[in-house]
Amino acid sequence: MKPPVQQPDTYGLMAEFHEPADIVAAAEKAHHEGYRRMDAYSPYPIEALSEAMELRPSRLPLIVLCGGIIGGIAGFSLQYWASVIEYPLNIGGKPLNSWPAFIAPTFETTILFAALSAVFGMLALNGLPEPYHPVFNVPSFALASRDRFFLCIESTDAKFDESKTRAFLEALPGVSGVSEVDH
Amino acid sequence: MSPEEGKAPVRHDVERRHDDALPAPPSTPGIVDPNYTFASLTDKISAIVLKRRTPLGWLIGFGLSFALLQLLLFAVVNLLFRGIGVWGPMVPVGWGMDIINFVWWIGIGHAGTLISAILLLLRQEWRTSINRFAEAMTLFAVSCAAFYPVFHTGRPWVAAYWLFPYPNTMGLWPNFRSPLIWDVFAVSTYATVSALFWYIGLIPDLATLRDRAKSRVWKVIYGMAAMGWRGSAHHWHNYETAYLLLAGLATPLVVSVHTVVSFDFAAGLVPGWHATIFPPYFVAGAIYAGFAMVLTLAIPLRKFYGLEGFITMKHLENMAKVMLATGLIVGYGYMMEAFMAWYSGSEYEQFMIINRMTGPYWYMYWLLILCNVIMINTLWIKRLRLSVPYLFFISLVVSVGMWLERYVIIVVSLSRDFLPSSWGLYQASAYDWSAFIGTIGLFCTLLFLFVRFLPAISIFEMRTILPGAELEEEEGA
Repeated sequence: MKPPVQQPDTYGLMAEFHEPADIVAAAEKAHHEGYRRMDAYSPYPIEALSEAMELRPSRLPLIVLCGGIIGGIAGFSLQYWASVIEYPLNIGGKPLNSWPAFIAPTFETTILFAALSAVFGMLALNGLPEPYHPVFNVPSFALASRDRFFLCIESTDAKFDESKTRAFLEALPGVSGVSEVDH
Repeated sequence: MSPEEGKAPVRHDVERRHDDALPAPPSTPGIVDPNYTFASLTDKISAIVLKRRTPLGWLIGFGLSFALLQLLLFAVVNLLFRGIGVWGPMVPVGWGMDIINFVWWIGIGHAGTLISAILLLLRQEWRTSINRFAEAMTLFAVSCAAFYPVFHTGRPWVAAYWLFPYPNTMGLWPNFRSPLIWDVFAVSTYATVSALFWYIGLIPDLATLRDRAKSRVWKVIYGMAAMGWRGSAHHWHNYETAYLLLAGLATPLVVSVHTVVSFDFAAGLVPGWHATIFPPYFVAGAIYAGFAMVLTLAIPLRKFYGLEGFITMKHLENMAKVMLATGLIVGYGYMMEAFMAWYSGSEYEQFMIINRMTGPYWYMYWLLILCNVIMINTLWIKRLRLSVPYLFFISLVVSVGMWLERYVIIVVSLSRDFLPSSWGLYQASAYDWSAFIGTIGLFCTLLFLFVRFLPAISIFEMRTILPGAELEEEEGA
């Protein structure tokens, strides 16, 4: 990734919190302040956090819907093609296109494709797998998967200014430390 | 900076608070011991995995399971070397213990998906502490189940073309009008979706283990498995959507799987199989058997690892209630089988039920009634629902009962069909038994490995139900 122009040495500034309510309030305040390129980190999903950051609804449901539709069509087409076109077999005088019998596999392929798109769609939207990320350079960030909450304002944000942003973060209620995130 | 003063001691407090958080006494009514904090909960669950020393009990249990697994290898090698004749099935009982065990295992798997998906959609928060290992149980049970139909073909490597639709050199395609093919699709989809659901649920916990592991090797292994998860709000946002959608997809899937399994029977004409009640009755039976297995596993697990603060009496009692409810549906199924046999006016159907009760396998039927109809009703008594040893006992009774049910449906029905001249009695061979015991070995081996290397309780989901995760008060202020 190309390093940002104005702050080549810093990915951003990261504030640390101990309480979930504080991170939610902090994210809300930062968003209100006009910061957009930021992210909050928490050890478990906090719905209020995405609301505070005004994240747009995930595009995942659409991906899953498409996956499901493709899966259903693919499943039925496979059976139709195999039973009617490629290898027609008379089974007890049933019509070659015995569609009621094809429902069960069609249903299964629908679910299979939808589930695969949910998983791989989620990973793709989240940019995973991601072997390296600068936030891990903050030593205490290891606690983000335990009991700490972090708010990182990235240096690519238009409003980012090393000293002003630091002052803003340090003044947030409940903050227990602000550290610089190296690239 | 005044708020910081109030918070400052908390940082150094973490280790001490961990010691304070003792597991709750077994009578805790809640779904999690409220004394746990984010830190102590994380440490407690991840310590099971990250502890250097492997407990002696684990080594003994794993060793025994691994020994049983060798029995499976013995059975498989014999089967492949000498042919399908080493198993018991013959004419007319072409399906014996292989299909009994297949249905038994796949049924057990259902509880995992029910707990992780259906109870999630129903907002049953108590599911949180049992869903991870119930899902693992599902995966391992489905692996054991898959063994049977695959090896029942005798030569699995030449059976692939009529099981899976792939372009083969013979230009042959499977017959999609057969329930057996539906079964291939249902079970393989189920296995795949269960594995995905399980893995997705594991990602945030793998990140926790990555951050907590002391040794470099484990840091790298867990780190690769966690795929760079960092718990950002953007991540969680998509993650929660994916998790919910998967739950929504897994819900109809789990119902469809045992329905399709029941079609294997219901679409046949054999008296005792050809009944419309089969799908719902099979699904209820699967959930019943599955919850019994979850109890069988949860009770020793919470005891050995001191997890009574997470898997409380509330969980055990709820599981007992689900077992009782589904057990009653199963009992209703038995009643309806007998009623419909009489009501149908078909002499073959009537003979079928008389034969079950008084024929050569009469003891199987009555043992089944004892396990699944009589014993299960003891769970109406609250005192018994709250007795851990009794719950363990009844969960084993249910597992035996459900195995007998499949025996009665498959063997007893096939052994006495339309033509008395083609009747015959089935006798399971030593290889049938060693394959069955061997799959129990496989199941336990996988479970022991799972408990040692992955968090048996979902850490991140447990954090959400801790009192510390409540936001309402502060939000209002």
